[in-house]
Amino acid sequence: MRNLLPILAVLAAIVALWYAAVAPMNIWQALDQAEREGVAVTPEGARTRSETSPFTLMLENPSQISRGYALDRPRLPTPVQVAEELWSSTGEMIQRGRPMSKRGLIYHGWITLQSTLAGFALGTALGILGAVAIVYSRTMEMSLMPWAIISQTIPIVALAPMIIVVSSQLGVEGRGLPKAIISAYLCYFPVLVGMTKGLRSPTREQLDLLRTYNAPGFASFLKLRLPSSVPYLFTSLKIGIAAALVGTIVGELPTGAISGLGARILIGDQFGTPLAIWAALFAAAILAGVLVTLLGWLQTLTLRRMGMHT
Amino acid sequence: MNWLVFAILFWLCAWAANVAMARSRWHDARVVRIVVPVLFGVTILVLWEGLVRHFEVSAIILPPPTAIAARFAAETQVLWEDFVQTVLKGALSGYLMGCAAAFIVAIAIDRSRFLTRGLLPIGNFVAALPIIGIAPILVSWFGFDWQSKAAVVVVMVFFPMLVNTVQGLTEASAMQRDLMRTYAAGYWQTLLKLRLPAAMPFIFNGLKIATTLALIGAIVAEYFGSPTRGMGFRISTGVGSLSIDLVWAEIAVAALTGSVVYGVVSLAERAVTFWHPSQRTRN
Repeated sequence: MRNLLPILAVLAAIVALWYAAVAPMNIWQALDQAEREGVAVTPEGARTRSETSPFTLMLENPSQISRGYALDRPRLPTPVQVAEELWSSTGEMIQRGRPMSKRGLIYHGWITLQSTLAGFALGTALGILGAVAIVYSRTMEMSLMPWAIISQTIPIVALAPMIIVVSSQLGVEGRGLPKAIISAYLCYFPVLVGMTKGLRSPTREQLDLLRTYNAPGFASFLKLRLPSSVPYLFTSLKIGIAAALVGTIVGELPTGAISGLGARILIGDQFGTPLAIWAALFAAAILAGVLVTLLGWLQTLTLRRMGMHT
Repeated sequence: MNWLVFAILFWLCAWAANVAMARSRWHDARVVRIVVPVLFGVTILVLWEGLVRHFEVSAIILPPPTAIAARFAAETQVLWEDFVQTVLKGALSGYLMGCAAAFIVAIAIDRSRFLTRGLLPIGNFVAALPIIGIAPILVSWFGFDWQSKAAVVVVMVFFPMLVNTVQGLTEASAMQRDLMRTYAAGYWQTLLKLRLPAAMPFIFNGLKIATTLALIGAIVAEYFGSPTRGMGFRISTGVGSLSIDLVWAEIAVAALTGSVVYGVVSLAERAVTFWHPSQRTRN
């Protein structure tokens, strides 16, 4: 909690910078609008203004700056505008009794969350299986590990449109599965690395002790390796779920999806409604924050029950 | 039938060879450590080729590796043009700007404990966000050419790099800093001779994470508008016009680029942080 004050200070500085940036970013639009309404603007004509620097424009038309803070389709919306848009597409929907309306972000967030969780489960399972294989088989370690690293240097997003088209041609209904595959691809790697480290974390002495108990290999896996890998697992799960969310959103961005937060960003881009893009972006950020925080709680809870200190 | 039998036979032989090599006395030898993963990769390609040919999978769904290689060889001109547009102009310039900016900011805020404590948690949080969604906004701000791609890359690599550098700068222990003080070293001397070298493993970690992010950012930003060249452009139009082998060739270029850049950063890391335990050789 002693970090609270510095964090708030930095956040306040970011918001202040944001507000300061709104004026120069939106000055052209504000002046165009003013000119259409018949207000005298210093350099006349949108063409000449577009070649003038925003700060000159602000100096010459100081009375029009405030207009830039209340545009319908601003280049850079103010934080309050974003918050209002976010509220009108979530909270207001609930108040009107239609929380799952397709015009609200709750529905789209839910679609994104489903794919994220499916991909997260798939990626985690793959990562854990791979880690077990790597820990128990030297052949697997030598052949799999370099490819796991190389697989992460391949920008999966290049494959995203591909996966979606191929799965639709193979007759897979809906877009849930291809999106989940992309998120699984992004999220398995941190789990694989973390679990490999975790499963190897028991010391020589601990393993030897189990051998003196005449414990079979499976028992030493279940009672020693698995429990001691749990802290590593949670750390990588937190990275993994954030990566899974990125994967889902990337899967929704190209090739015309219609539902999901990524699709909202895409549609906002195509219809020229920046507020919708910003609201969807912040919704995605909030979703990521909530998911990581939830896993953090789960981690504290589990480790406390297991008698490990965090 | 021949293809399937051949592929499976090849798989079994390669697997047996890998097991034999991994269990042999020379499993730590450099050659074996390279040959085993290469054989694994070749096996996957052979299986892919064999399965696609045996089941006569349509080239629209999954072309065999040989077809992709042929297309790759035939279209080197186009692929090179896309590579220049996306990687050299978009990703590389953004990567350099973003990493340099993060590095400078990290050193600037490092002097203030207050700022460090405030920025580190926020940076950690932002680094976990799906920042990629900002691409359409930046494309509308900076236009369709490579500048907007570089801007997306700058935003994407900034926070991971910042967090890693700030964390690395706290790495030198109090004892080591005291030693520098007994030498009457000033702030800059301590920074250059002790704290930056100690931070290097973290900085390289950030640089490695940023390489992948840079490629992802540059390619995704092209889905939102680009001139009629670039890897992202070619991929999205290639999927639309069902020239899937060209798409795979682009993916191969992306994969090669990603691996080579990662390898270069790793080599630089080995040269700079030769003292770090993770870089020591086994014998």
